[in-house]
Amino acid sequence: MSDLSRRPDDPAVGVAVAHESAALHVTGHALFTDDLVHRTRDVVHAHPVCSPHPHARVTRLDTAAALEVAGVVRVLTIADVPGVNDAGVKGDEPLFPEEVMFVGHAVCWVLGETLEAARLGAEAVEVDYEPLPAIVALTEAIEAGSFQGGQPVVSRGDVEAGLADAAHVFSGTTEMAGQEHFYLETHAALALVDESGQVFVQSSTQHPSETQEIVAHVLGRHNHDVTVQCLRMGGGFGGKEMQPHGFAAVAALGAVLTGRPVRVRLTRTLDMTMTGKRHGFHAQWRVGFDDDGRLLALEATLTSDGGWSLDLSEPVLARALCHVDNAYWIPHVLVHGRVARTHKTSQTAFRGFGGPQGMLVIEDVLGRCAPLLGVDPLELRRRNFYVAGQATPYGQEVRHPDRLATAWDQVIASGQVDDRLREIAEFNAAHPHTRRALAMTPVKFGISFNFTAFNQAGALVHVYKDGSVLINHGGTEMGQGLHTKMIQVAATALGVPLHRVRLAPTRTDKVPNTSATAASSSADLNGGAVKDACHQIMARLAEVDAGRGLPWEELVREAYFSRVQLWAAGFYRTEGIHWDSTVMQGHPFKYFAYGVAATEVEVDGFTGAYRTRRVDIVHDVGDSLSPLVDIGQIEGGFVQGAGWLTLEDLRWDESDGPGRGRLTTQSASTYKLPSFSELPDELNVALLEHAHEDGAVYGSKAVGEPPLMLALSVREALRQAAAAFGPEGTSVDLASPATPEQVFWAVERARGADPDHVAVGSPGIAPEKPDPSAPRLHPESERVSREAVGHESVEA
Amino acid sequence: MPEPQIVVNGTPRTLDGVPAFTNALDFLRSLGLTGAKEGCAEGECGACAVLVARPDGDGSRWTPVNACLVPAAALDGQEVVTAEGLGTPDDLHPVQAELASRGGSQCGYCTPGFVCSMAAEYYRPERPDSQPLEGGSDSEHGAERGPNGFDPHAMSGNLCRCTGYRPIRDAAWALGAPAPGDPLAARREEPAPEVSATRVDGAGGAFVRPGSLAEALDLLHDHPDATVVAGATDWGVEVNLRGRRASYAVAVDHLPRLRGLSTGEVIEIGAGLTLSEVEAGLGGEVPLLDEVWPLFASRLIRNSATIGGNIGTASPIGDLPPALLALEASVVLASREGDREVALADYFTGYRETVLRPGELITSVRVPRPLAALTAFHKIAKRRYDDISSVAVGFALDVVDDTVVRARIGLGGVAATPIRALATEAALEGRPWTFETVEAAAEVMRGEGTPMDDHRASAAYRSAMLGNALPRLWSETGRLPAEVGR
Repeated sequence: MSDLSRRPDDPAVGVAVAHESAALHVTGHALFTDDLVHRTRDVVHAHPVCSPHPHARVTRLDTAAALEVAGVVRVLTIADVPGVNDAGVKGDEPLFPEEVMFVGHAVCWVLGETLEAARLGAEAVEVDYEPLPAIVALTEAIEAGSFQGGQPVVSRGDVEAGLADAAHVFSGTTEMAGQEHFYLETHAALALVDESGQVFVQSSTQHPSETQEIVAHVLGRHNHDVTVQCLRMGGGFGGKEMQPHGFAAVAALGAVLTGRPVRVRLTRTLDMTMTGKRHGFHAQWRVGFDDDGRLLALEATLTSDGGWSLDLSEPVLARALCHVDNAYWIPHVLVHGRVARTHKTSQTAFRGFGGPQGMLVIEDVLGRCAPLLGVDPLELRRRNFYVAGQATPYGQEVRHPDRLATAWDQVIASGQVDDRLREIAEFNAAHPHTRRALAMTPVKFGISFNFTAFNQAGALVHVYKDGSVLINHGGTEMGQGLHTKMIQVAATALGVPLHRVRLAPTRTDKVPNTSATAASSSADLNGGAVKDACHQIMARLAEVDAGRGLPWEELVREAYFSRVQLWAAGFYRTEGIHWDSTVMQGHPFKYFAYGVAATEVEVDGFTGAYRTRRVDIVHDVGDSLSPLVDIGQIEGGFVQGAGWLTLEDLRWDESDGPGRGRLTTQSASTYKLPSFSELPDELNVALLEHAHEDGAVYGSKAVGEPPLMLALSVREALRQAAAAFGPEGTSVDLASPATPEQVFWAVERARGADPDHVAVGSPGIAPEKPDPSAPRLHPESERVSREAVGHESVEA
Repeated sequence: MPEPQIVVNGTPRTLDGVPAFTNALDFLRSLGLTGAKEGCAEGECGACAVLVARPDGDGSRWTPVNACLVPAAALDGQEVVTAEGLGTPDDLHPVQAELASRGGSQCGYCTPGFVCSMAAEYYRPERPDSQPLEGGSDSEHGAERGPNGFDPHAMSGNLCRCTGYRPIRDAAWALGAPAPGDPLAARREEPAPEVSATRVDGAGGAFVRPGSLAEALDLLHDHPDATVVAGATDWGVEVNLRGRRASYAVAVDHLPRLRGLSTGEVIEIGAGLTLSEVEAGLGGEVPLLDEVWPLFASRLIRNSATIGGNIGTASPIGDLPPALLALEASVVLASREGDREVALADYFTGYRETVLRPGELITSVRVPRPLAALTAFHKIAKRRYDDISSVAVGFALDVVDDTVVRARIGLGGVAATPIRALATEAALEGRPWTFETVEAAAEVMRGEGTPMDDHRASAAYRSAMLGNALPRLWSETGRLPAEVGR
């Protein structure tokens, strides 16, 4: 057992405790960024002027009429930017664009004494546009060859040889829609300038350090001139990893120019119209199985819909490619990836970060091919699991694959799956208009940032003279319980009760150069840093104590009077990971998180309406740091994933009409999230036992993202239920999201037994090969500017 | 008139200087009560839910509403309780304590709204005072009611993006009865504040609540540009999302003439009653409407939305009109010239257009007796609850001696207005109630209306749903032979 993972006796980690802010949440006392407006004097409100065109050149911008509107303070335009006019890190996201790239792109921002004045001012701004051709649908982009960024390839073995050896070859296409984050708290920032000219920005951001950097470069100032604080977020889910920067920059720019606090807060419709979402993907695939249904070869081309700018599309794509295998051993693999450029919002991080899209491809392949192979889908999946000694297509050994089998068997046992399969068959035989089905899917999800530099964290731990402890770390709280876990880590490392430890809000002037709170790894990283700081303090206290076993307060007091430092800055970096993105090979993940879900659904044949009857989950969180938090993440992730795969239906106007490019589901009344009624009738979650993870803090594992993909079992259950309306052995294609309408059409296809969605036979239809001269990813592809990309290409 | 004010968490707060378009949420937040949040500004997410004391017999009922939709001025004279008023971090309300200890909050943004919706159910007098769940770690599977009588529909208007709802359900299921001396429980015994005449003048317009129908009709006559407001669940969305402003808003939902309900020879429902009030007032008298209520938006919306408003807004979908068309309902319209009664089937004239004349108000809805024996309401939507229909169908059939003697079918979502499925009705009436008749009529029904493609559904799906509605009805009444495949 490693030092990092070893737990002392009676640790505060592993105890089920409520969220550290629970009492504040339930009483309405917990403050979110926009709540601060009501505690701040003389606030100026900002409202954007949004493009009605998906793609156009701005030929004239006249703000005079806006300035005539009562209460309008100022209009922020490109002319006001003292620094770099860019809201991103790649140089392709102008904060004030001269060429608008999607419907809703903000051309300028109006500041008003009231939000009403700012809104009316924005209506009064005159903008002339010269409309340009726009690409909206992902398939249009593929046809037009509209791509951006690097085009990575994951390759192992000889896929042609593998397919030639295969007894069964199938080819098909899989498409899946994106997903709106719909964090309940929309984007918000509040900026002010202090007496010395320092800019202080309160921002609902998952990445305060990057928000700080963007604000600084827009203002033409140094990072030390800008402090960003995030009290907490009302949900993030990846949607506040890159997207908050521009809004914070607008607030900061306004504050600098007016000398007053400036508030930016998006309404739900603005948020949905202006900010990026989960990437929709398109995949072409060709797959070979042996006579026993074992996967031999997979060739695929995955194209993501990146929207108008690169954003995080490259690393999202890289993770999708690294998760096409999910839990399955595939000897020969050739997977190409590319990012389409479309005139939509800039698609971005969303819980799972490409992993869900990659896994959906292989689960879709297995779900469609199982009936054609004549193998039960449960058996087909189980038969293809990784076993010890095997490695992923990108060359990382799959450690602990036995956990997959253990979890699978545990779900079968605790979920009484065998009995229920019989009951389902009986039910289906007795009910002409209703079908039930049970599907199980596994998850194997890699933990760490693919981008190696992000795998570091810092913390600041103060022990005050009275023995109370204040901790600060680089991670942000968005509901995932990170702060709760960090308090538990500190209490464990210091050997004090939980109530002695208090956590201070995340601020860039406390811990600098932090990574995004993302990739599920913030407890691993910040936990390592908090623990390091605590250990430094404990080492010093041990010398003071000299084996006397003094009570905490006494020891701390004595240490102070002995002039011993009672605070420490902690640091952690993940060891043992390496990644070469140019060839997509290496050991990018510290470990894999595993899980298995069994989902039973019931589908109504008249309407396609369905409900989830029962879900059983066994999930691997290592030795849990905080079981109540972890179970909450598993359940919440599952339901959110089920939302993506079922009722969350992003619709863009792809017509040639005047609304082309508009998101037609840009409000809560048209974009439906899972509500209370989508909670499965029965939801059983168990944490995998004996799951100590030697490489992570106190033996735990990351939990934020992996459970989302357990929801693929919902989609597979719906597919099987729809197929059950057809003859035995029907293979059915199911659109994603599987709305009741789409399930209905699947039922109709099953009744008509239309198998044309899969081409059967060798050599099959080869996926389109990307342009060989296209740039590949490169080690810095996540972080570099467009100029650097060009430079790199020249070298290549 | 006394100075307009709202009693918030026991403290009177003036409405002086508050613009007429300001909603209750922004008003409360401007007081520093930032527990209630804006999540969607259209009454879909419930993050803004607050409790209002509403009349309940001789006493009061704590009624949760979406503060983002109701104009602050509409709450003049009312009592409001927010999450902050229920408990404090050091002294949690039982609802708050259960949510907090069971992992019912993650990010916490939706939580104060959930607290208010749950508190309303906690204080609902009809909730059986049974034992809460032992330990509360799991729930009875698929139960429509918690073991403590908790109605999960109480939370149908609250969205949570983090928890997946299971811990919230467990918290709800674990609630006991209010303790003796609970101040909000005691408050139920006292009458609710009367909703009296109001006038709030602010920047950008006036909000006026006249005291009588005559006064209201005079106002509408004198101000042809006036906006009629009742529960504001539609108007509030226009204000919040589309920036519409009323220079002159006239609130009609508390006019005495609009608040009657009688279930005599004719069922007459006052247009100003909220859907929750209609549901309670009818007490199961109209089974078809009882099928509509749980599917109509959410409890939060039904606590504000009025039956008159739902008809007045003339949505082509509206969930009540398809049912009311099947019931052959009519509307009573009042103006300074007097009353007239118009059959609902004649009321809608085009997309969002009706026979309602300037200066005219819907005062009541009439449903004639006898009610049909076989009724059903089908709502097709992406989400099971709190969604807008792609297709809605109201059925009211009379079958005598195995013959369909009368068929009335109302449709929503398949034309510019809610319509009657007249051709289908004709294909049923006078025919034997057999599957052959159903099958033939289903083909007619498939062709009803002029369905469109939009973000909710394709035209093809809408037509298919029309075509399947009768076979589904047949199957649900237990008479479809098992061998019939669709």
